[in-house]
This record gives sequence, structure tokens and C-alpha cells, in this order.
Amino acid sequence: MEIIVCVKQVPNTTEVRMDPKTKTLIREGVASIVNPFDLVALEEALRIKRETAGRITVLSMGPPQAVSALKECLARGVDRALLISDRIFAGSDTLATSYTLSLALRTARLPYDIIFCGLQAIDGDTGQVGPGLAEFLNLPVLPNAVKVGVDPPAQSVIIHRKTEEGIEVLKAKLPVLIIADRDLAKPEPLRDDQIKWIAEDAVEIYDSSKLGGSPSDYGLAGSATEVIWIGSPKPIGHMKIDPDLPYHERIRLTLTAGLESKSGRQIVQGKTPSEAVNELVRRLVEDEVIADR
Amino acid sequence: MAVQVDTQKCNGCQACLSACPYNAIQWQGETAAINQNCTSCGLCLPVCPQEAITRSIKVLCRDLSRWNGVWVYGERDERGIKKVTLELLGEARKLAKARNTHVAAVLIGSDVEQFVNLLYRHGADKVYLIDDRRLNRFSQDLYVPLLVRAVQRYQPEIFLFGATVNGRVLAPSVAVRLGTGLTADCTGLSINSEGNLKQTRPAFGGNIMASILCANTRPQMATVRPNVMDKDEQSQWTPGEVIRLEWNLDEFKPRVEWVDFIQAEGEKIDLENAEIIVSGGFGVGSAENFRIIEDLAETLGAAVGCSRKVVDAGWMPHDRQVGQTGKSVRPRIYIACGISGAIQHQIGMRKSDKIIAINSDPKAPIFSLADYGIVGDLFEIIPLLSEALRPYVRRG
Repeated sequence: MEIIVCVKQVPNTTEVRMDPKTKTLIREGVASIVNPFDLVALEEALRIKRETAGRITVLSMGPPQAVSALKECLARGVDRALLISDRIFAGSDTLATSYTLSLALRTARLPYDIIFCGLQAIDGDTGQVGPGLAEFLNLPVLPNAVKVGVDPPAQSVIIHRKTEEGIEVLKAKLPVLIIADRDLAKPEPLRDDQIKWIAEDAVEIYDSSKLGGSPSDYGLAGSATEVIWIGSPKPIGHMKIDPDLPYHERIRLTLTAGLESKSGRQIVQGKTPSEAVNELVRRLVEDEVIADR
Repeated sequence: MAVQVDTQKCNGCQACLSACPYNAIQWQGETAAINQNCTSCGLCLPVCPQEAITRSIKVLCRDLSRWNGVWVYGERDERGIKKVTLELLGEARKLAKARNTHVAAVLIGSDVEQFVNLLYRHGADKVYLIDDRRLNRFSQDLYVPLLVRAVQRYQPEIFLFGATVNGRVLAPSVAVRLGTGLTADCTGLSINSEGNLKQTRPAFGGNIMASILCANTRPQMATVRPNVMDKDEQSQWTPGEVIRLEWNLDEFKPRVEWVDFIQAEGEKIDLENAEIIVSGGFGVGSAENFRIIEDLAETLGAAVGCSRKVVDAGWMPHDRQVGQTGKSVRPRIYIACGISGAIQHQIGMRKSDKIIAINSDPKAPIFSLADYGIVGDLFEIIPLLSEALRPYVRRG
């Protein structure tokens, strides 16, 4: 079975900060990792590889340093790693990214029975590239997969798709694109020393000249959406301090981080647990939040 | 994507005609031409020996003024119409007013005509209806080309989808086929001074907010999660226009076969529709300790939620997460236990009717948002609270 896994190198988003002056993200000093949801997809691909004596190619679009993410994938057991990297891809939205990845697959003439994508990238958080790539390749999509079963002789695959209501069991003939749910597989931890055995040039790199295609279809030029502003999430509401309130009340409100308090905020402090609970319940009944039976 | 024939290159061999499953290629004099049945599937491209058929990825609109109307995708569930559709209709009304245009719902399914009045009541001026027994279950290969064709025919300027499990795979496929832009999980939508839709959404796990424009293509597409926008149900309403799209479904051959459905186990209460939610934060301390949260929830007939740190620690699954990158909830009562109340969490639950917070830290930001609270040790307080509230809980 020939398997492709699309991966993305992402910043560890818990550490990301924004530069408000340049409207760009400060990436220095932030660790780069393989998108965790892509590792889930990769783990499942590795299982299928073992089961079917198959081959896995990982494909990624990213800046040159994404080579390290692909080396990690090689250390995890994939057979081939291809990075498409070119400055012209900068500013790509999901439309341009899906298109560029599809072009790379065609240019590299990569055969595939299954293309695996992770649920979403933890920086963009959109989950749109998987379905978009399936569109450009005219493949059926099997999304939200929590379980995958392949049947190579029948050239078909069955997935369990997790929806709000329950599990849909879906079947399709290969080739397909499968989008892994976050619970599809549990990636094994990798030791750093496993990666160091991977040769520096083990990752193949294609730039835009290798892909062909038109510059107007790449990067910002090929994108239909554009980010026009980034900022930090704003606190809710704004501060209004009634000057007629007693002094200690005004200080207390000032110290509560600029969040407008609702009228009649009632926080119980300094009582024993059972006194506090009884007091709270009394107030809830009085305010008709809960009904007295 | 838009498919075009270069008439200079076309040699009249007609190979493309038989390749098209939708009868979208017709003969115009001596060369092929693409008609409005085209769904941009691209099957004709490789068969042309002259490479005369091309597909443009992004479809730039020459005349934006021809695109009018704010559309909302009407999503069906076993109860009827999903709440998020009604919320999006409320938002669509505001956007349509700013653009001096109408609101339309697009409803695909089986036996769905019964819901048109519900859609009018919540803000639709028109409903585009595709009602057929074969559409009773969600199917990409049926729903995507139908929506693409409806958009190409009626040209809406904005198309909103709920960011539901289906919406998150349907919308991107439709957007790519149309060669237009899509912004996921928008928390804010507005019309800017140029008449374009400004889309605001979180990124980087909620650490950044971004505003996005889709200035040159149409429709401007966006997905929005449940409980983010407000419904606008009218007590006085008039029936609107129904436009029945009666297209022959035989030409669509779904490649994915539905085999079976397995009900979710247990009577798990859905967070997004729950009346009462008991939510645990990092202060709960461990996965085992979440038992006390679950016990309180059970006593109250409540759903269980949690904060992001709890999910990151692996104590609870992601579908229990309340917050900007989790679910937005709007219960009557939200009880936050051991939750400090970071902004990203507050954004997910601030629209709750009454918020009760229990935390040992009197300076926790959650207390500024809470209507009621107790400063204390949740391990002592919650069991007592559970007992004290038991007589007041309506069961059954």
C-alpha cells in the first residue's frame, strides 16, 4: 500500500507572541515541532505500513527549517520525505496551500492509495487543507476517522467517522484521502538520538521551479483570503467605576483586571465550607436561580 | 476553480464531452464551451489532447456588484434544524442590513420542506430547497456539487456555515471548487467601509486574534461555531420565497458508501445544548479527581466541561473543553470549579446566564466574571454543594 502523509512544521503555539508593530509573529526562540495532529495521522499510517508491507512518503510545504520536522518523520519510519519550499509560497492561505501540495504530488509522480492528513494545524487551526487537497486531486474524503481498516485485495477502506451524534461507518474504494481525528492513534514518543542518525540530505527539497505552475497561483498571489490584522484577544467588557462607591470598593474593582462586574456579584469568603455552601444556596434560591421545591 | 476552454486551442475532437459527468460541456459552433452545470470537478482537463481546458484556482470576480445576498447553509440533525443555523441567520440579518441585501437559507436533505417556516422566523427572506430522498444522509459527493451549482447560479456575496463536524469538511470543499476564500471558526463578522466582510477569528491556539478579508473573490465564505452568534427569532414574521432546485441527482455518483451508524454510548449530555454545566479546571488536580466534578454534574443533571489546561494534561477529552478553541456554551447555570478564568476560557462561557465560581484564589479572574462564588477548597466545597443542591434539582 502506498501512503502519503501530509505534515506541517508548526511553532509550539503555547509560546507564540505577536509583534504589534509589524503585525507579524515572533518566531525566534519558539520551539518548532511536527504538528501534533499530523503525528497522529502518521502513527496510523505506520500501523498500516506494517500491516500491508507498504511505503510511506511524507510531504510538507514550509520554510527551509521544516527539514527538521521531516527528518523526525524519517526517524519514525517513513520511507521518503519531500519538502516543497520556496519564498514564493509565503503568505499562502489554505486554497493556495492545497493547490501547491497537489501540484507537488503530481510533479513528483508520487503514487498513492491513501493520503493521510491531520485534523488541523495548531497554528492556523482551520482544518481546511485536507478537504482542499482532496478537491484538487478529485479524491473522496473520509474525515474525522477514529478507526481505519484497509482491505488491500478489495482495494477499499472502511473508516469509523466520529460525528456529534455518534459513529458513521463509511466505506470507499481506493484511492482516498483520510483526515485523522485526534483520537485515531497515539503517537509514540521519539528520542532525540533517533533523529541524529538521519542524514542531512535525506529530505528531498523541491522549489517552485520544479513544480511548474504559475506564480499567480502561489503564495499570497494565489490566496483568496488575506490576514489584514492580528492582535491579542481583548478582555471582555470595559472598566466602569462608579465614583460614588466606597473607597475600598473602587480599589477592589480596579484590581479585578478591568473586567466589568455584573450587578450584584456575590462572592462568599472567609467562612467554613458548610457555612459558605449554605450561604450560596440561600442566595441562589433568593434570586430564583434555583427553584425551591 | 473555474473551468475554461481556450477556443484557439480547441480542435473540435469532442473528447471532453463524454468525460463530463454533468453535461456541462456543450458545443458552440466549432469549439467546446462550459455551461452552468459545471461543478469544477476537473475530470475534463486530462482528456483534452490539445490541453485546451484549464482551471483557474482562484476565481477573481470582475464585477462584485453582481453578487448579492447573504446565504446560510441550513444543517439538519435528528431533532430538526441545528441551532447553529438559526444563530447564523440572526447574524446574516445584521450583515444583510449593512449591505442592503437579503438573507437566504440553503437547505439540502430529505423531507426538509417542513422547516422553511422555522427559517423565515429566524431571519431568512428566501429558502433554496433541494429536497430528495437520496439526500437524507450527509454525502460530500452529493452536497458539494449541489451547493457549488447553487452558488454559481444565484451568486451570493457571503456564505456562512456552522463549524459543525460536517460543516468543517463541506465548506472547504465548496470553497476550493468555487475558487474562493474561506475563514474558519469566526468569532466576529462585520461589513467594512468598502462593503467587504471582515472576518475575525482566533489562531495559534487562541493566543492571537486575526482579521481576514476575502476581497476579490465571491462568495466570501466563513464558518462559525455554535453558541457564538445570536439567534434573532421574530414573533412577527412573513413567509418568504421558496426556490426549489430540482436538479437531476442521477448524474452524481457518490464514491463514499454509508455502511452503518453506531449511537454514541451513554446518555452524554451535549455541552452546547446543556442547561447546566459543571466545569473543572486545573485546580481539580488529576484525572481521578474529576470524579467529584462528574458526581456534582450527575446530581444536577448537568453536562461536564473543562478548561484547556485539563485537556492538555490529558485528564479529559477535547470534546469537553469549553473555551475559544473548544466549545462555546450558553447554559442557564455554569459552575466553574478550580478554573482560574483565562481570557480564552471566558470567551467560551461568558454568555452563560448565571456563573458560579469555586476557587481557592480570591484573585482568580473567574471571580470578576462570576455572579456567585465561593473562595475555598473545591474538594471540601463541592461534595457539600452537591448535597445542599439536591433538594432543588428538578429530575425527569
